[in-house]
Amino acid sequence: MASLTADRRIDWTGIAFAAALSLVIVFPLLVVGTWAFTNVWRFPSVIPQEFGLKFWGQTLARADVWSSISMSLTLATVVTLLSALICLPAAYAFARLDFPGRNLLFFSFLAGHAFPKFGLLVAIAAIFLQLNLIGTFWGVVLIQLVGTLLFMIWIPVAAFQSVDRRMEEAARDVGATPLRVFWSITLPQAGPTIAAAILLSFVGTFYETEGAWLIGAPQIRTLPVLMISFINNQPVIQYGAVLSVILWVPSFIALLFARRVISSGSFARGFGA
Amino acid sequence: MAKLEIRDVSKVFAGANPVVAVDAFSLTVADGELVCLLGPSGSGKSTLLRMIGGFERPSSGQVLIDGDDVSRLPPEKRPTGMVFQSHALWTHMNVFNNLAFGLKLRRLPAAEIRERVEKVLELVGLAGYGQRLTTQLSGGQQQRVALARSLVLEPKILLLDEPFASLDQHLRERLREEVRDIQQRLKITTLFVTHGQDEALALADRIVVMRDGKTEQVARPDLLYREPATPFVAGFIGSMNLIEGTVHAGAFTHGGWTLPVPVADGPATLAVRPEALGITPAETGSAARIHRVTDFGTHAIIDIDLPDAVRLKSMVTDARQWQAGQSVALQPAAFAIYRGNAAVYRNT
Repeated sequence: MASLTADRRIDWTGIAFAAALSLVIVFPLLVVGTWAFTNVWRFPSVIPQEFGLKFWGQTLARADVWSSISMSLTLATVVTLLSALICLPAAYAFARLDFPGRNLLFFSFLAGHAFPKFGLLVAIAAIFLQLNLIGTFWGVVLIQLVGTLLFMIWIPVAAFQSVDRRMEEAARDVGATPLRVFWSITLPQAGPTIAAAILLSFVGTFYETEGAWLIGAPQIRTLPVLMISFINNQPVIQYGAVLSVILWVPSFIALLFARRVISSGSFARGFGA
Repeated sequence: MAKLEIRDVSKVFAGANPVVAVDAFSLTVADGELVCLLGPSGSGKSTLLRMIGGFERPSSGQVLIDGDDVSRLPPEKRPTGMVFQSHALWTHMNVFNNLAFGLKLRRLPAAEIRERVEKVLELVGLAGYGQRLTTQLSGGQQQRVALARSLVLEPKILLLDEPFASLDQHLRERLREEVRDIQQRLKITTLFVTHGQDEALALADRIVVMRDGKTEQVARPDLLYREPATPFVAGFIGSMNLIEGTVHAGAFTHGGWTLPVPVADGPATLAVRPEALGITPAETGSAARIHRVTDFGTHAIIDIDLPDAVRLKSMVTDARQWQAGQSVALQPAAFAIYRGNAAVYRNT
């Protein structure tokens, strides 16, 4: 019995951490969520005087909201596709080939994340200004592409490395060419982990704000950029709140999918666990 | 109908310290023969097999199958089938698709693919397992699927790289019997790599004992056991007492113990199998003393210490007349004397 009670001892430290984290993360979400479905909420009332969907109607009636949603989706799709096209072959090369400067190149992808992002963005913006890329769709694509490189190289590299070389050799043995081996064996084996990387870069690009704002504004307006201008320029809190709730959707879908991938263990396996 | 010839094949792994994995190795495997490559880890046997399969390129030498030089061909162009130690089954395909993959690459009609896959599954005792996922199979079943995946393509040469190393003893014994049966039924030329001497003795028509990338001895299993060509083979196959000593005036001596042998004077190694080392009770003055008696029921192993801490093993039929501490006299019935790396005298 003694050991049983010992096992059941309550972990107060853990609970305290969990509570603090919930407060910091969940409370602001709750407040924003509440604001989105509020028609009237005046000081000093603790709960809104009137709930309703009035501001949903007003927000969704705006043309700039719809154009920014489609802009964000298009951008995220184009950036993710381009990133996969560039990064997956590169990741395979990093995982399987030995060439001079391999390690240096591999770690160079960390550089974009090792320095203060905004300084880097301003420097890139100066270059883009000369190239007439400021305020253009492809300028934003380029800047957001830089942000996806780390995930799209490092995670697939780990995925490719964790594919059993003997499986690939067995496929060669029964008559498959190297290209066929990659298509029929390597890619399906690394698939779930690569899907997770693609998902991460899609969601990451969808929420990317600084680059899109610095390079794209005012011609290119993504959903997060629009939300910032709503929050900064509109006296009505609800506009920003409604957009925030809309912005939750992709990450919610991503979470659902990621749960499947992570629970299957392939995501962890990709990192060599 | 397939003969495998390996001519002077070497493999050097380049680097700061180049490693000679296989050193001018030659061997001819006759049609339908099963040859085991036996040796300790690092003896080059797997590297040699991988060169035959096309996964490593020989640094020099040739590999010929039915007279055709395949040394420069990639694995997909060679008429060889390899079974890997880790089975290397494709976990994203079911059993049927694992077997059908190679046939589909050969663009065979679907009906023929189905027929051949089902026939081979039956051959390895897995009829009806086609729709199972490979992860739902036991270790032994997975290894059978791996074997079937190679057999379904009817390769000229079957290569097996320690295929049973990850299985338990019981299953290993059963599977090796099955592999032997299948090999003999299909009369397929087979090269089998193992570091287990039991496996080699049970399976092979001939055994190649390898050490440091070179051949130590090529022989039939029975001959290998009775007449090992070198002290290394003598020590590696079965259990063997190897005693370093000198021959002087027609007698081998080691620490006061002498044995008459018709060999010229000089250093020598005496090799005696435990079952050939007879013992008789001796007065307390004898140099050899029993250290331990291990009774296995059918027989017993007596560990005997010589004064210089050299330990010998003797196999006796009845353990009950021996006990630790007892002094014994040694009477080798059959033995061999090695000098350099060759046998100079055998008393059989």
